[in-house]
Amino acid sequence: MTAAFVAGADVPLKRRLKRAERARQFRALGLVLPLLAFLLFTFVVPLAGMIWKSVDDWEVPQVMPQTVAALEQWNGQGLPDEAAYAALAADIRTAREAGTLAVAAKRLNYVVNGFRTTLLSTGRKLKEQPAPGTAKATMIEIAPAWGERESWAAIKSASGPVTSYYLLAAVDLTRNPDGDIVHAPADQSIYRDVFLRTFEIGFGVTALCLILGFPVAFMLANLPTGRSNLLMIFVLLPFWTSLLVRTCAWIVILQSEGIVNGSLQWLGIIEEPLRLIYNRFGVYMAMTHVLLPFMILPLYSVMRGISPAYMRAAASLGAPPVTAFLRIYLPQTIPGIGAGCLLVFILAIGYYITPALVGGAADQMISSFIAFYTTETVNWGLASALGAVLLLSTLVLALLYGKLALGRQTTGGLKN
Amino acid sequence: MDGGMIATTDTLVRFTGVQKTYDGEHLVVKSLDLDIRKGEFLTLLGPSGSGKTTTLMMLAGFEVPTHGEIFIGDRPIKNVPPHKRDIGMVFQNYALFPHLTIEENVAFPLSVRGVSKAETKERVAAALDMIKLGNLASRRPGQLSGGQQQRVALARALVFNPALVLMDEPLGALDKRLREHMQLEIKHLHETMGLTVVYVTHDQGEALTMSDRIAVFNDGIVQQIDRPDALYERPVNSFVANFIGENNVLSGVVENIEHGWARVALDAGGSVVAQAVNVGGAGSRTSLSIRPERVAIETGDSGDATTNRLPATLTDLIYVGDHTLAILSTPSNPEFMVKLPAGSYAGLAPGQDVYIAFRPEDCRALDPV
Repeated sequence: MTAAFVAGADVPLKRRLKRAERARQFRALGLVLPLLAFLLFTFVVPLAGMIWKSVDDWEVPQVMPQTVAALEQWNGQGLPDEAAYAALAADIRTAREAGTLAVAAKRLNYVVNGFRTTLLSTGRKLKEQPAPGTAKATMIEIAPAWGERESWAAIKSASGPVTSYYLLAAVDLTRNPDGDIVHAPADQSIYRDVFLRTFEIGFGVTALCLILGFPVAFMLANLPTGRSNLLMIFVLLPFWTSLLVRTCAWIVILQSEGIVNGSLQWLGIIEEPLRLIYNRFGVYMAMTHVLLPFMILPLYSVMRGISPAYMRAAASLGAPPVTAFLRIYLPQTIPGIGAGCLLVFILAIGYYITPALVGGAADQMISSFIAFYTTETVNWGLASALGAVLLLSTLVLALLYGKLALGRQTTGGLKN
Repeated sequence: MDGGMIATTDTLVRFTGVQKTYDGEHLVVKSLDLDIRKGEFLTLLGPSGSGKTTTLMMLAGFEVPTHGEIFIGDRPIKNVPPHKRDIGMVFQNYALFPHLTIEENVAFPLSVRGVSKAETKERVAAALDMIKLGNLASRRPGQLSGGQQQRVALARALVFNPALVLMDEPLGALDKRLREHMQLEIKHLHETMGLTVVYVTHDQGEALTMSDRIAVFNDGIVQQIDRPDALYERPVNSFVANFIGENNVLSGVVENIEHGWARVALDAGGSVVAQAVNVGGAGSRTSLSIRPERVAIETGDSGDATTNRLPATLTDLIYVGDHTLAILSTPSNPEFMVKLPAGSYAGLAPGQDVYIAFRPEDCRALDPV
């Protein structure tokens, strides 16, 4: 035995191995650290922030802290006691002076239509704090709404710190004054339809991309390298132009006085211009064009790896071309089909600019509503909730794909 | 060359005047007339680019002859698609379908032929038993070793009882020991099942071991087609002599030819008598071919006038185990090889001046290289 061996013998082999590996692991960690930090600040933090915004209920507790505290004892039956009215009056007066009353008014108006007017007019009319014992009568006199249980239930439901209001609203549900989950009134029930429409357009675009992209990828994968590289440039060409420019190009092509309608009319095929844009057709057309490369590329890379020997083997074993394609080639392209469909679908359901430009009012997808609530009405709670639902459905799909892909891997599917 | 215009009854495949070009400029297969007999093991042997694989692909139906016709039996097959040719094929990289199990792979040719489930099951089991892999039926190809995969590919190509089996360098990816084992296994299957096999390889040892006949390809032409021993002992031209086995070459000019024996004046001086196999008349150039094991090293003059005798200097002795390789320098060939039987080089040492001696019948006068 050498001395070196004996020297290390008191440390168990496993620990020595771990020690040896540790340096390597630290080095690996060091290499990915910049990316991790980047992802943390640009992805994880905003994402967590968005999800928090969808349940955060800060307005009422911040603007009306005394009322919130007073309502803690209220059981929700009948009207609250005198102290709650006094607290409300005090809160309203303080908030009006601080200029924050509108913030709470906006939040409460989501729950009860017209609450904004009630609160703001009360603020205007309440010149001074009511004398002790007269708060209830004074408040109801100023605004009869304070004599209704619904108003108080609204304040209590919005008194935080978290609320399910936005998430429920994002799927057309709401809570009635008793706290039960019920369908939202018909005039506010739009999001389920919008989600359905979003998924419908997503599936449609994905299917179109697959139908159009599969033969192209097949051809590219089976051409000699030189020619397939040249054709690949045409596939990638759209990536080199801005999305906005490409979408606008479709407007030029498809509009009533556009190239397509002009040609068809000149040829005498149609009398009146066809309506090709500002409807669902235009959305499918433009989105499929924009997303097609995302289908072709994964398909191509998978197909490139499928040796032509498989099809030859199938033919030599007696399979006619169609049988060989369906039973031998197609199953081997499934990882590519899965990746392409997932990619296109996820990108499609988040689309915003293209449907906004080439779609009609009934073709707007969920992203445009999220944008609307973020930038127009500054209802970040609902915007975040819609985003969270979209994120959740995307995650479910990704997990489903992962499970399918993983399932294939564990049962083989290896290359020779 | 073998292969007349009239097919005999036991001819299974016939190539007549087949040519193939890919670019329309040069022919990969220049002119191929070849008969493949029923039940024989025919090997297409040649360096890469010699046209042997193209020939196999034309037979399988993956390439179309530019000119000429191929018959299986009496049926011309030029316009028959591969899947209707009923030819089993084993590929170099096995081409087992990665998404199917071993069992499904072997069942594939039966299922596309609409064979009943019960019969398929029976025949697949028999085929897997034949290659002794019945216990791996539910594995995927990726989980098998190279040798096992090749055996599955073999079972899959045989399970539908094809009239003809083509093998395209099937053992190229295996290591030496496994390759030798598989050679015997394939040979055994050929004999027991009475298969007709067309086998492509660039490994001459493999070709010599396995084949009934070998067709040596070079430059798009079949140089010689013959039994392995005939090919080795009686090559008809310099390419075959050099491609198959070890060969010593001596260059010279024919002085005269009498009764099939040529006297050749070597370029570097001296003259030898050789069998006139593939030479022109007197005055034409020739390359003499002598196998290393047909040469003796003599230290003195034995005086035997019927033996060719050339002076040489022994430059190296290499011990190979079953024999010893002597490298000699002669005026005509600075690296003349002689295989000495084990234990017969006593008294020889590098640097020694000796004579190399060989009989005229072991020396073949072929076309000049």
